[in-house]
Amino acid sequence: MRPEVTTAVQPLAVKKQRRRVLGGLGLSLGYSVSWLSLLVLLPLSMVFVTMAGLPLDGIWKVVASRQVLSAVRLSFWTAAASGVVSTVSGALLAWVLVRYRFPLKRLVDALVDLPFALPTAVAGVTLSVLAGPSGWIGKPLAAAGVALVNAPAGIIVAMVFIGVPFVVRTLQPVLQDLEPETEDAAESLGAGRVQVIRRILLPATGPALVTGFTLAFSRALGEYGSVVFMTGNLPFRTEIAPVIIKAKMDNGAYAGAATVAAMMLLAAFLLLVALSGLQNWQRRRTE
Amino acid sequence: MRGAVNERRTEPPWVRRALTTVALAFFVLLLAMPLIFVVWSSLARGAAAWAAAVSRPDTASAIRQTLTVVAWVVPLNTLFGVLAAYAITKFQFRGKAVLTALIDLPFAISPVIAGSIFVFLLGKFTPLGGWLESHGIKVIFSTPGMVLATTFVTFPFVARELIPTMQAQGIEDELAARSLGASGWQSFWRVTVPNIRWSLLFGVVLCAARAMGEFGAVSVVSAHVSGETNTLPLQVEALYSGLDVTSAFAVSSLLVLMALLTLAVKAGVEWRYRRQEARERA
Repeated sequence: MRPEVTTAVQPLAVKKQRRRVLGGLGLSLGYSVSWLSLLVLLPLSMVFVTMAGLPLDGIWKVVASRQVLSAVRLSFWTAAASGVVSTVSGALLAWVLVRYRFPLKRLVDALVDLPFALPTAVAGVTLSVLAGPSGWIGKPLAAAGVALVNAPAGIIVAMVFIGVPFVVRTLQPVLQDLEPETEDAAESLGAGRVQVIRRILLPATGPALVTGFTLAFSRALGEYGSVVFMTGNLPFRTEIAPVIIKAKMDNGAYAGAATVAAMMLLAAFLLLVALSGLQNWQRRRTE
Repeated sequence: MRGAVNERRTEPPWVRRALTTVALAFFVLLLAMPLIFVVWSSLARGAAAWAAAVSRPDTASAIRQTLTVVAWVVPLNTLFGVLAAYAITKFQFRGKAVLTALIDLPFAISPVIAGSIFVFLLGKFTPLGGWLESHGIKVIFSTPGMVLATTFVTFPFVARELIPTMQAQGIEDELAARSLGASGWQSFWRVTVPNIRWSLLFGVVLCAARAMGEFGAVSVVSAHVSGETNTLPLQVEALYSGLDVTSAFAVSSLLVLMALLTLAVKAGVEWRYRRQEARERA
């Protein structure tokens, strides 16, 4: 089919023309949507279908059980704490990688992605031995009276390992595009370093920082492999929500597992909506 | 990292040095040390013990099982990724933003939940799973279930790598091919695919790496039978909880090697793109 050249200036006509000239929309879109529905949406909906297998008071019994509540609370606060630590240390790492020179910089830059590529079980086993009572890090810490293994602090360390690359990789391109001349100009007009950070750097990097935090937080919230070896999975103390779901699955308590999963999905969804609201507000304020 | 160093020299030297030191100390403690520690621990009892741990029958079976899962997952997700990225970047249609967001959905879901949903859908006591079972097809606690759960977890990788590249390329090349008389398939295979080959390679490598290393999701749907349905990460867990720590680290070192190869491919692909950009600018 030939494109109609005369109508090419009108956007709508261009759209129609594209569709006709290129071909393959039906096939590619049809396949993507069907496969997405079959493999992602249908199985995910089973969380709610399976939960509905319980009577209402049965659902309530799971939701309100002390063990589940304390695991969900632990999951959320450790994930939030690890998100903050990841954001601060990731921002520092990104800043140093973009602005300063130091030996082996390219190697350091490449290795920042290690947690993306390293299987979580390997990370978990390694961190738990390293932080254990006779490990390279755990031994000096134990002498100082700090325990990482079987403690919330250990959960946070494992979550930071998983979360840091998200912050660095979100922030790096933004810092790269930032023009140092703006800061120079501000300083030549008499702004101090603190003012430059508050008035120039923070507004420019704010949205990326929130995105980085969100990614690190939501990844940490669901994390299983790297955390499960670190914690003793002691109920009420170091048992996180994914561990409870796994335990219920292993016991064949599918409806209970689905209920906890639905709780996590719902809570995470609400939090992500809130964070994207924060980001929109930030963007409007800087514009 | 792309582009030149964006350097600025107004911070006093001691501030620069202090910040760099703190950042690097953090890097060494959290990222470099675990890497060195795995290699160190896997060789703690010598190279012979490492070789014995890596070649014992249950490890060999775990390698086979892992490769079987990867051999299913990667083509499935590559086909989906290419077609979804093609539809999203080359056409306008209603609901495009929703489709793009839904592709990323599996990233936001805990691997444990990702494994559980396939048990909910296809487990022995569900209608669908019961029907399959009565026809002699076992999905959960068997290889098909592990393939499905891993496909879910690695679902976005290929599409995610391709979408920005294809967005930047637009549709001019394809339009030119069509106007010169190429058929739709010809334009796809001779123009679209060669244009995206490096991003595609990286997407496939990332997907394969995550598929090999997936633990949480697979752990829910696997029967955990050593020598049968254990993948490499499950084998690491089995050895570690059996207190054979050195063997656990030996098997881990294989996975570390795979992770480092992935990072090397990433560095290679980025280097290619930088060179291409430089050439286009010149």
